[in-house]
Amino acid sequence: MAREAALRETEEPPVTIIKPSHGWRSINLGELWRYRELIYFLVWRDVKVRYKQTLLGAAWAILKPFLSMVIFSVIFAGLAKLDTDGAPPPIFYYAGLLPWVLFQDGVTKAGTSLVAGSNLITKVYFPRLSIPLASVVAGVVDFGLAFLVLIGMMVYYGVRPTAALWTLPLFLLLALVTALGVGLWLSALNVSYRDIGYITPFLMQAWLYASPVVYSTSIIPSGLARVAFGLNPMAGVVQGFRWAILGGSPPPAGLFALSVGVSILLLISGVLYFRRTERTFADVV
Amino acid sequence: MNPIAIRVEGLGKQYRIGAMPTGYRTLRDSLVSGLKKLGSGELRRERETIWALRDISFELLQGQVLGIIGRNGAGKSTLLKLLSRVTEPTEGYAEIHGRVGSLLEVGTGFHPELTGRENIFLNGAILGMKRVEIEAKFDEIVDFAEVRKFIDTPVKRYSSGMYLRLAFAVAAHLEPEILVVDEVLAVGDAEFQQKCLGKMSDVAKEGRTVLFVSHNMSAILRLTQETLVLDKGQIVLRAPTPEAVDFYMTSNMSRSGEHIWDETADGQDSPFQPCALRVLDHQGRIADRVASTEGCTVEFEYELNKPLTGLRVGLYVNSSRGESVFTSFDTDDPARYEQFTERAAGRYISRCTIPADLMNGGTFVLGVNASSFQIQSYFTDEHVMTFTVDATGAPGSQWAETRRGPVRPALAWEIVESPR
Repeated sequence: MAREAALRETEEPPVTIIKPSHGWRSINLGELWRYRELIYFLVWRDVKVRYKQTLLGAAWAILKPFLSMVIFSVIFAGLAKLDTDGAPPPIFYYAGLLPWVLFQDGVTKAGTSLVAGSNLITKVYFPRLSIPLASVVAGVVDFGLAFLVLIGMMVYYGVRPTAALWTLPLFLLLALVTALGVGLWLSALNVSYRDIGYITPFLMQAWLYASPVVYSTSIIPSGLARVAFGLNPMAGVVQGFRWAILGGSPPPAGLFALSVGVSILLLISGVLYFRRTERTFADVV
Repeated sequence: MNPIAIRVEGLGKQYRIGAMPTGYRTLRDSLVSGLKKLGSGELRRERETIWALRDISFELLQGQVLGIIGRNGAGKSTLLKLLSRVTEPTEGYAEIHGRVGSLLEVGTGFHPELTGRENIFLNGAILGMKRVEIEAKFDEIVDFAEVRKFIDTPVKRYSSGMYLRLAFAVAAHLEPEILVVDEVLAVGDAEFQQKCLGKMSDVAKEGRTVLFVSHNMSAILRLTQETLVLDKGQIVLRAPTPEAVDFYMTSNMSRSGEHIWDETADGQDSPFQPCALRVLDHQGRIADRVASTEGCTVEFEYELNKPLTGLRVGLYVNSSRGESVFTSFDTDDPARYEQFTERAAGRYISRCTIPADLMNGGTFVLGVNASSFQIQSYFTDEHVMTFTVDATGAPGSQWAETRRGPVRPALAWEIVESPR
């Protein structure tokens, strides 16, 4: 049945008009939807290829946040005696690292995705947005694997899930939206300016320390500093994620709304910039 | 009357030379040049530009197979890229009725770490196939590529032949209404090329609309009825294929029996400067028409600006259909190769004789090449000039028929009674 439907879909010959376009272009979600199978295959490729020819394979998806957690626990909780809001440091850091690693991987992979896929871009037409989109989405699989370890840690430390756990997908989505927004900017810029490849690691490092991954939001003084802090969507994501897992005081609604707003702004501006520059990708990359 | 498949009107593509395919800008370059412009008061970007394609207009009916030929840089690939929407035109308009499948390269998106099976799905999706279509054709693709035994092996372990076969097989099973093909036949061994060519002519016979770019004139002649000739970004001729191929192979080339290179032409810093190519008849006169029964001499005059090691200077002789007849170099003889291991700077003539009773009648295209094998190619031009061979009196002239093939050698036949 599905096959007949698909074949019927191909039978009506569409008319394509090719002409120069000017200025800003619409996002064209309809076209993106028609290419959903391609996006699926690109995600699937990224997932399959990610840990090929590594000894430990998919274990890296867990080891990356886990090893960082160990380091953070030793340095920041053990030596620097940073407050972890009363939670056991390992689970405090791990819960903060999960959304962070999702974001960081998404941004880094998306940022280089167009250049890495230049052989596709210069040879075949498809909505270019699907390449960075697939890079970001592919990170969810890693996240899922690492999340299993988090569940184990919750059991080990006897952390009772609260009702707040149901908000988790919301924070996950926010992390993805932010990663996609930033990733689109970087990937489109990277086509013309390979400097992006050098800038990204520093950007990510700075962003890590601007987000409450190694510390708790409670150390940020309230007032203007707190508002400035909230401009970073990842601050809302990390804090919210931790709250969903560990409970405690919820992130302030105003601050969170600010994070959501900035994140959506990043996404929309990223898409617009991407769409505006994509017509020259094949010529420049 | 078939409905229109493709209508192109005044299509053009301009490239900035600074931003041409190679090389990319760094942020610093942009900032620096931006600041410079600010300083000098010129804010508008004035870059040198080049029209890769201009004023292209043509129509193609459904079911037509159109060939596109032209020299390197004539704009063939740019045209295909525009029509397959890889890049946007700078001006003009095109209208395409139907799904376009573009085959600008085989194996686009193949991932070396994935298995053959996985790559079939990935590549199929990239080329625009639906998953159900790929599943339906999976066995056909695998059989065509002859890789069934290795279908679950990562393609990085494939031989290059297997890789190309699989890549072509996926592409060949695309079923869009319009197929845009660039040079894919130049893959694999001769046997597989024949298979590809066969598959392509099946596609053409199925009533699909096909645009086919190739340097392979015999493929163009075999697959298409009509052909566009592009030169410097413009259509110079649209004609039935044999006429177009003949025009392309012989246009812009000296026919006077001599071609002189412009000394001020580009490549001044090259160590090798071509000067002249001449065809001489058996009496040593420059001639554009030579008799097959008398043979001729071809001489290539050139200047070396510095001593070159391992240099070989040679001729390409092609038929007017683009098939290679033979290639020969001045140091083919090992003794001569030893003698000229290093050629000092100076002016030289490399001369060879094409023996009598070798060439068939017809027009031939002469090309030249100067290179050090596997080290460097100093100069190459595959279409320098044409010359015509008159087959009057050639072996078998007592029969008034056209002999097939580019050569018509006088062979030593023997007729004996069978001892049986």
